[in-house]
Amino acid sequence: MSRVAVRRATNVAMHILAALAALVVILPLVLILGFLIFRGSTALNVAFFVHLPTPVGEPGGGMANAIAGSLILIGLAAAVGVPLGILGGVYLAQSRDRRLPWLCRFLADVLNGVPSIVIGIFAYTLIVLPMRRFSALAGGVALGVIMLPIILRTTEELVRLVPASLQEAALALGLPQWKVVLHVVLPTARAGIITGVMVAVARIAGETAPLLFTAFGNRFWHRRLDEPIAALPLQIFSYAISPFDDWHRQAWAGALVLISLVLVMSLLARLATKGLYNRRGTYG
Amino acid sequence: MLKSELAGAATGLAVPRSLVPGRRRGVWGDRLYQAAVRAAVLVFVVVVLGIAALLVYAARPALAAFGWRFLVTADWDPVAEHFGALPFVYGTLVSALLGMLIAVPFGVGSAIYLAELAPFWIRPPVAFLVELLAAIPSVVYGLWGIVVLAPLLRTWVQPALARGLGFLPLFQGPPYGVGMLAAGIILAIMVVPFIVAVSREVLLAVPTQQREAALALGATRWETTRLAVLRYARSGLLGAILLGLGRALGETMAVTMVIGNRPEIALSLFAPGYTMASVIANEFTEATSDLYLAALIEIGLLLFVVTVAVNALARLLVWSVGGAVKEVRE
Repeated sequence: MSRVAVRRATNVAMHILAALAALVVILPLVLILGFLIFRGSTALNVAFFVHLPTPVGEPGGGMANAIAGSLILIGLAAAVGVPLGILGGVYLAQSRDRRLPWLCRFLADVLNGVPSIVIGIFAYTLIVLPMRRFSALAGGVALGVIMLPIILRTTEELVRLVPASLQEAALALGLPQWKVVLHVVLPTARAGIITGVMVAVARIAGETAPLLFTAFGNRFWHRRLDEPIAALPLQIFSYAISPFDDWHRQAWAGALVLISLVLVMSLLARLATKGLYNRRGTYG
Repeated sequence: MLKSELAGAATGLAVPRSLVPGRRRGVWGDRLYQAAVRAAVLVFVVVVLGIAALLVYAARPALAAFGWRFLVTADWDPVAEHFGALPFVYGTLVSALLGMLIAVPFGVGSAIYLAELAPFWIRPPVAFLVELLAAIPSVVYGLWGIVVLAPLLRTWVQPALARGLGFLPLFQGPPYGVGMLAAGIILAIMVVPFIVAVSREVLLAVPTQQREAALALGATRWETTRLAVLRYARSGLLGAILLGLGRALGETMAVTMVIGNRPEIALSLFAPGYTMASVIANEFTEATSDLYLAALIEIGLLLFVVTVAVNALARLLVWSVGGAVKEVRE
């Protein structure tokens, strides 16, 4: 074979190998999603959404408290993470200092890589120990800390994209800085910031590890926010490691609900920024 | 030069205050605004530093009682209050390395395919599917691991491995299904999307001129990729792999569900193991004594230090490529 033929053959071979690698990467997604939809949809019914869990051996029951608990935890987390993240992001984007934004970006990326269970320990020592009990609040704070770096980074990046001329125009009309930010900068960057928030919510909705010893889980309805609260991922975990078939079925149903929530969030996030990012993703 | 000056004028308080009508309200509003945004950044920095400080503070009893021997003792006996983290360190390292061994070739390979070689119409849908893979919660992977992967390994894969490669100590012992091998495989599946996403981003950041130059010299697509793109993006790709490693080291739920949770050091990949993250997940709420709790928090501290180091290194590497690219563009 001539050298050119060898080079062409190598080229074709590498194309095929790379395509195979991509295929192998996607295969688990198909397997997991397929299995999840198959198992989950047969176990899912109305009772799942409106009933409390039943004791072992008693058929029926649902995860109503866990679904509500997850939503409350997400709300608490957003109350912590969203305002802090957006305000911080605006500051970083507009700061004239060069070192502080660099440091914060670095810290945000590092915090993003810290295992979520370590954040759980943080919330435990900060809130559970002084309060002497597991609580929804502690869970919300843990999840909020996980949201924080994601929202901070996306807000900063998006605010940087707001044209300086727009802000100058507003300033030239005599608006004070805070009104410029409120009425010009943030609305211009809104779609991207919303995307950041939804990416962050999608990330925390499925978090289990930081809730194990903060929100703790609850087989009944919680009454107050300083009490243990149920969460969908926690319930799936405890059912998945149980030896009962009935509970496994419930776990699949819960997983299907959870993943629908997460995927809808991710899809909305993607649609909101269509065209804003064409090549680079928003994930840190 | 001009652009940055203008941006400075727009964002600072360069407009003379006397020129701003109704300035009293504006000034108070601006002060409030500045205070709010500064406080937010401050809180963020305090939280990050606070995580480290609180971990050290809460781990003090264990740090004082065991010192550095904590890392090299294999004895984990909550009843006798002897705590050594070696089995967990071993389990974390082996499962993560096993996962990376599987994930890196496929991950980097798909990133190369998606960024360089694939036909253009194929790229967005495949990249989207990989992103979906990253969005699946850990606990769902764990559920799948328990119900599908572990039985599959027990009945098919492990017997086959034992027959073919059973002379190696790695593939000996009874096939439980759950164990180090299952943990490695589930980690590989979970980490791959991150490696693909970051590697792809790194590859896309390589300037087009690099490729055009190679193609103009008559290189094939693959030669272009190998000589002009991969070489340029080397440090960024290493960063992507390290980011994946950071994930693998800290991954908790799915691993806890399939690794078997036994604090033993066994050479065989079929044997059950235990990782740092999973021992925290399993035993934290059961820790009856202060020392037990402190020992678990010290494991958390260790995990924190290791993942921060890995992530910091990874970030610097990824940024080094991105930074170089920005300079070329400007």
